[in-house]
Amino acid sequence: MNHVAHKDYAGAKLGMWLFLFTELLLFGGLFLLYSAYLSRYPHEFAAAGRDMHVGFGTLNTVILITSSLLAAMAVTAIQRNERRNVLFFLGGTLLCAITFLFNKYLEWSAEIGNGIYPGSPRLIKGPPGESVFYSLYYLTVGLHGLHVLIGGTLLAVVAVRVKRGTVHAGDFVLLENGALYWHLVDLVWIFIFPLYYLIL
Amino acid sequence: MTTDQLTTPSSFWNDTGKTGIASWIFSTDHKRIGLLYFYSTFGFFLVGVLLGLLLRLELIAPGRTIMGPETYNATFTVHGVVMIFLFIIPGMPGAFGNLIMPIQIGARDVAFPRLNLFSWWLYVIGAVIVLTSLFTGGGPPDTGWTFYVPFSARTGTNVSLAVLGVFTVGFSSILTGLNFVTTIHRLRAEGMTWGRLPLFVWSIYATAWVQILATPILGITLVLIMAERILGAGLFDPGRGGDPIMYQHLFWIYSHPAVYIMILPAMGVISDVIPVFARKPVFGYKMIAFSSIAIAAAGSLVWGHHMFTSGMSDTAILVFSFLTFIVAIPSAIKVFNWVSTLYKGSISLEAPMLFALSFILLFSIGGLTGLILGAAATNIHVHDTDFVVGHFHYVMFGGTGFAFFSAMHYWLPKFYGRKYAEKPAIVAWALMFTGFNILYFSMMVLGLKGMPRRYYDYLPEFAPLNLVATIGSWILAAGLIVMLVNLFRGLFWGEPVGSNPWGGATLEWSIPTPPPTENFEEEPVVTHGPYDYTKAGVP
Ligand code: HEM
Ligand SMILES: [Cu+2]
Repeated sequence: MNHVAHKDYAGAKLGMWLFLFTELLLFGGLFLLYSAYLSRYPHEFAAAGRDMHVGFGTLNTVILITSSLLAAMAVTAIQRNERRNVLFFLGGTLLCAITFLFNKYLEWSAEIGNGIYPGSPRLIKGPPGESVFYSLYYLTVGLHGLHVLIGGTLLAVVAVRVKRGTVHAGDFVLLENGALYWHLVDLVWIFIFPLYYLIL
Repeated sequence: MTTDQLTTPSSFWNDTGKTGIASWIFSTDHKRIGLLYFYSTFGFFLVGVLLGLLLRLELIAPGRTIMGPETYNATFTVHGVVMIFLFIIPGMPGAFGNLIMPIQIGARDVAFPRLNLFSWWLYVIGAVIVLTSLFTGGGPPDTGWTFYVPFSARTGTNVSLAVLGVFTVGFSSILTGLNFVTTIHRLRAEGMTWGRLPLFVWSIYATAWVQILATPILGITLVLIMAERILGAGLFDPGRGGDPIMYQHLFWIYSHPAVYIMILPAMGVISDVIPVFARKPVFGYKMIAFSSIAIAAAGSLVWGHHMFTSGMSDTAILVFSFLTFIVAIPSAIKVFNWVSTLYKGSISLEAPMLFALSFILLFSIGGLTGLILGAAATNIHVHDTDFVVGHFHYVMFGGTGFAFFSAMHYWLPKFYGRKYAEKPAIVAWALMFTGFNILYFSMMVLGLKGMPRRYYDYLPEFAPLNLVATIGSWILAAGLIVMLVNLFRGLFWGEPVGSNPWGGATLEWSIPTPPPTENFEEEPVVTHGPYDYTKAGVP
C-alpha cells in the first residue's frame, strides 16, 4: 500500500522542542546538585572558582555564540535557496565546534597537569568542597562537550544532505531542527560559563 | 468471520513490503511495534515472576532454604529491575499505547513512525545490556532496584553495566513519550476534539508528559552512579564532601513520578473497559480526564515521602507528607467515578471486566496503604518492612498488572481476530485474585509485625504467615498459567470475532478485525463521543 508521503512541519518541530526540553532537564539535575553544594560549601566553591581559566572560558563563549549565529544564518540562507551560503555557514559552525573542543582539550590538559581531576590525590587531600566543585565541573562540562560532539555530527550530516539536495528550500526542517539543537548546546554553555568561571 | 478474514490482503498481518522476521523488527507500523513491545515486555514479566516465586520459595521457612544471602540480594534486585524498568514502565505505553492510541484518535500511525521503531530497538538494546550485566563482570547487581549509594558505588557486582542498560531503556521511554505527545496534538482525526478523546488516550497523554519530564533526571542520576564507580567523582561520598541523600533526592525525583508512568495508563484501560461492560456512558468524563493531568502534576512534588527516615528536616517531611495526601484526591476522584459508572449499569462479568473490577479493589487497597506510608508518623514504623512490599505490589501488580491482563483480554482479540474461552478465563482470574490477596495481604501483616524487607532470613515468629504468603504465590502462579494458556490458545486457534465483539463505541471498534495496515480506509470524521453507545461501531 502506498503511504501518502506527508510531512508535518509543526509536528516535527513540536517533537524537537520536547526533546530539547528533556536535554535541559538532563543538565538540570547537575545544576540542582550545583546549587545544593554551593549553599553547603560557599567558600570552597569560591576559592576553586577563582582558579578556573577564565580566558579559556571566555574564548569558548565567544566561539559558541558565533557558531550559533552562523547556524541561524544557515537557516535563513536555505529559506532564500542560497545553497552555497548554507554550506558556508554550516562549515563555519562546524569549525567553531572543533575549535571549542580543541580549547577544551587544552584547558583540561592544563587542569589535569595541575593534578585536578575527579578522584585525583590532590583533590582527595584538599578540602571536601573543592573536590565536589571540580567533580561537578568535569561532569557538567564533559556532558556538554558530548553534546557539542553530537550537535556537530548532526550538522555535518545536514550539510551533506544540503549538498546532495535532499534538504532544500522546500524541505529544510532537518536543518532547522539541527540548528535548534545547536542553540541548545549554546544555551547550556551560557549557564555553565558564569556558574563555574565568573560568579564565584 | 472465518480464517479468510485473517488473510484478507489489507490486514496488517499480511500487507507489508518485507517478509519474515524483518517485516516485524524493521516495521514502522504502530500495530506491529505494539505487538513487539507486548511480547518483549510480557516476556520480561514472566522472567520477573519466576524470580519473584524463587524469592517467595526462599522465604517459605526461616533459615536458608534454596539460596544464601548474596544470591537473595541479587535475585530481588534483578526481580525489581526487570519488573520496573523492563516490564511495567515500557509495557503499557509501549504495547497498548502503540496498539490502541493511534486508532482511537483516528490516525494512521504515530507522528514519528521511524522514531517509534528506534524506541523499541533502544529498549531491546537496553534490555540486552541489563541481561549481559547478570552474567559478566562481578555478577548480577545486588543493590536493590533503587541503586542507593554508597553501596552501589562500592559493591563489586556489575552495577555499572546494569545502570547503563537502564539508562538506555530510559532514553527509549523519553522518545516514546515525545512521540505520543506530538501524535495526540497533531494527528487527531477531524471531529476528534479534546473533549472526545477516549479516557485511555487522556491517560497515555498524561503519562507521556511524565515520561518526558521525569526520565531525564533518572538519566543523569544513573550517569552519576557510573561517574562514582568509574571516575571516583565522590559527589555522593561524605568523605569527599558529597552527600548520599543527594542521590536519594535525584533518584526519587524521577522514580516517584515513574509510579504514575506505571499506573496512569492502567487507569486509562479501566476507564475504557468499565463503561463498555456496564453498558453505560462513563460517569464524570471531564473529571477523570482532568484527574489524570492532576495526578501527573501533583505527583511530581511528592518524592520526599521515600526519604522520611533518611535525615530530612522536619519541615521538609511535613511538606512532603502533606503533598502526598493531595495526590490521593485525584486518584480517589477516579475511583468514585468508576463506581458511579457501575451504579445501575447492566453489568456483564466477562474476563476484561473482572480484571477491571478487581483493579478497583486492589488499587484502592494499594492507594490507601500508600497513605499510611505517606503519613510521616506511621511511615517511621513501617519503613523498609514487608508492609512496603505488600503496598507496592497492590499498586503495581494488583493495579497495573491486573489492568494489563484486562487490556490483553479486551484488546488483543481485535488484533488477532480470535478470542479466548470465557470459562477458563474466569477460573484463571479467580485463582489469581485469590492467590494475589493471600500472598500480599500476608506480607503487609508481616510488615506491620516488623518483618523487614530485603532479608532472606527471619525470626521464627514470622514463619506461619510467610508460609501462607508462599502458598499464595503458587496459587497466583497457577492462575497465571491458566490465563496464558487460555488466552494464547484462543488468540491463535479460538473463536473468530467480528469487528466489535464488546459493543464499544471508541474508534478501534469501527474498523475491521484485524485492522488494516492504514487503520482507516479513508480518514474518519468523528461524530460522537467515545462512550456514546447508541452510535457504537461508527466513527
Ligand atoms: C508472582 C509474582 C510476584 C512475586 C511472587 C513477587 C515477590 C516479591 C517478593 C517476595 C519481594 C520482596 C523481596 C524482599 O524484599 O525480600 C518482591 C520485591 C519486589 N517486587 Fe515483586 N513479586 C511478584 C511480582 C511483581 C510485579 C508484577 C512487580 C512490578 C510490576 C514487582 C515488583 C517488585 C519490586 C520493585 C520489588 C522490590 C525489589 C527491591 O527491594 O529492590 N513484583 N517481589
Ligand atoms: Cu513515591
